[in-house]
Amino acid sequence: MKKSNTRFTRRRFIQKGVSGVAGVLAAGTMPGSASAGSETPASWLVPGNGFSNYGQPRDSRDSPIRWISADRSVPGAGVSWTPLHDLEGIITPNGLHFERHHNGVPDIDPDTWELTIYGQVDKPLVFDLNALHRYPMTSKIAFIECGGNSNSLWHSKPSQAPAGYVHGLVSCSEWSGVRLSLLLEEAGLKPDALWLVADGLDAAGVTVSIPIKKVMDDTLVALYQNGEPVRPENGFPARLLVPGWEGIVNVKWLHSFQLSDRPLMSRFDTVSYTDLLKGGQAERFTFEMGIKSLITSPSPGQTLSGPGFHELRGLAWTGNGLVARVEVSADGGKTWNEAALQEPVLDKALTRFRAPWHWDGNKAILKSRAYDSHGQVQPEREVLLANKGSNVYYHYNAIVSWSVNSDGSIHHIYT
Amino acid sequence: MGLFTIFIPEAYFRRGALLAGASVCLLVAFLLSQSAVAANPLPGLGRMPDASELAALTKHVFADGRGLPQGSGDTEQGREIYASLCAGCHGNEGQGGSAMELVGDRSLLGTEYPDRGIAVYWPYAPTLFEYIKRAMPPDKPYSLSDDELYSVIARLLELNKLIDSGQRVDAAVLSSMQMPNKDNFRSGYIETGRGH
Repeated sequence: MKKSNTRFTRRRFIQKGVSGVAGVLAAGTMPGSASAGSETPASWLVPGNGFSNYGQPRDSRDSPIRWISADRSVPGAGVSWTPLHDLEGIITPNGLHFERHHNGVPDIDPDTWELTIYGQVDKPLVFDLNALHRYPMTSKIAFIECGGNSNSLWHSKPSQAPAGYVHGLVSCSEWSGVRLSLLLEEAGLKPDALWLVADGLDAAGVTVSIPIKKVMDDTLVALYQNGEPVRPENGFPARLLVPGWEGIVNVKWLHSFQLSDRPLMSRFDTVSYTDLLKGGQAERFTFEMGIKSLITSPSPGQTLSGPGFHELRGLAWTGNGLVARVEVSADGGKTWNEAALQEPVLDKALTRFRAPWHWDGNKAILKSRAYDSHGQVQPEREVLLANKGSNVYYHYNAIVSWSVNSDGSIHHIYT
Repeated sequence: MGLFTIFIPEAYFRRGALLAGASVCLLVAFLLSQSAVAANPLPGLGRMPDASELAALTKHVFADGRGLPQGSGDTEQGREIYASLCAGCHGNEGQGGSAMELVGDRSLLGTEYPDRGIAVYWPYAPTLFEYIKRAMPPDKPYSLSDDELYSVIARLLELNKLIDSGQRVDAAVLSSMQMPNKDNFRSGYIETGRGH
C-alpha cells in the first residue's frame, strides 16, 4: 500500500539520511575529514553514483507506480492504472501509461513484423517496419482514455481508492508516427471503403471498426511514444492513435487493416464498449470521450498537513476539441472559481489546471467542472445517471467530489 | 538557406573556404527545390502482397455471416467441448463465474440489475464465431477446428434457448439467425462510416 502522503514522507526520509551520514563523518578521525561540519550536505563529501544506459526512478519504494487489476484465471486480462494523484504536468511517463490488455502483451519480432492493408482498395500493400520509418513523420500530444475509465463510479458507493486507481485509465503522450491517410492514399480507397477494420496481434481477437472519416482526418500509425519506440505494453512496434476516441479503437500491436463497406460488428464493436442505457437500449460506436476533469491533488489517500495555503491541481480533457475552461469549488458547488489552465492547452490532450485555495481547517467539498471548446459541460453525477441510468459501464465523465475533513483527511463522496 | 550554413563546421570558414561553403548552400537549395516539385510526393515503400499472402490474410466474419467457413457442429458435440474448455470460467450452464455470463434472463435488461448473456445482449450470431475462434479458450486461442467451433456455438445457442437440442449449426444457420436483442442497439455514430 502507498504511504498517505508520498511527498512529505519522502522529504523526512531525505533529511534523516543527510544528518545521519554527516554525523558519522563528523565523528571520524581519518585525515582530511576534519573540515566536514555537521551542516555540510553529505553529497558534497563523497563522489556520486555512476551512469546508466537507461535511467530508472529514484527508489522503487516511493516512486509512483501503476496498480494492477487482473483476472485470476486469465492473468493477461485486466488493467493497470496511471497514478494520476502522484504525477504533475500533462505528459505521462512511459512506464506509467495505463494498460488495458485482453490477453496479455504479445512478444513481436520487429524484423519480421509487417502491416497489411487490404479489402476495398485499388492495390493491397504490405509495409515492414523499416519502410514505415522512412515515411514522413508527424507528432501529436494526445490523451488515450479507456472507454471503461472511472467505471466503478456507476456503482452506488464511491470508491475510496487513490484518484489514479479510479480515474487513471487515461494517460497522455507525444505520439509520433505516420498518418494513416497517407498509407491509404497509396493503397487507393475504393468508393465503398467506408470502414477500417483494424486488427491487433494479441491473443484476444481484438478487432475494431473505425469510420473512414476519422481515419482520414487525424489517425496515426504511431511508432514512437514520448520520443522512444512505443513500449511493448503500449503496442510495439506500431499502434493506432485515434485522437480523442475511446481506447479500444487505438489498436495496439497492429497487424492489418481491412477496408470495408460496413463495420465488422466484432465483439468489441457490439458487446463490449457499448453503453447499456436505462430501459434496455444500447448504444454502440460511442467513440468520442466526453468532457471530464478531476482534482488530482489533494485527493483521497493524501492528508492536508494543516490549514492555510494549498494549491488545487488537476487534469481536464475532452475528445471534442480543447478544454476551454475549468472551474473549481471548495464548498460543494455553491460557488465556483475559474482555475488557471497551464499552457499550452492542446487539442485532445490532457490539460493541467491549478487554483489557489486557502483552507480554513473546516470541512470542505472540492469539485472541478470542465467545459470544452464545443460548449460541452461536464455533468453532475445525478444528471448523468438521470439521463443514462446506472448500467452504462463505459464513458463515465461526471463531476468528481472530494470531501475534506477537519483532520485533513480526504474522501471520495457523491453529492 | 541560413539554416544550412549552421551545419558547416566553423573550421571550414577559418580555412578560408567561405566561397566553397556558399556553393554547397546553393547546391542544397537547388536540390531541395527539385524534390519539392516532384510529381509523386508519395513514398511508395509498400509492396504488393503475393497471392499466397493474400490468401492467408485474416478472414473476418462479418455480422451478416460473410467470412464464415464451411463445416458444422451440433449441440451434443458442443456439450462435451463446453464442459471441458468453457464451464470452468463461464459456469456449467453459462451462468458466469470468473468470466462473463453467457446465459441470462432477458426480462432483466431494462432493470437495475440486468443480465448480459448471448441471447440477452449479443446482436449477431456470426460474431460468436469470429470471437471464439480468435480468443477462446484464452490459454489456447485458434486451437478449435471449425467443426468444433460450430459445435460449441451450437451448445451456447442451446443453453440460450435459441435452438433445440440436437440441432446442427453451420454458416447458413448462423447467418440467418435473428438475435432477440438486435433491435435494441442503436449507433452513436452513423453506420455509413462517413460520419455525422
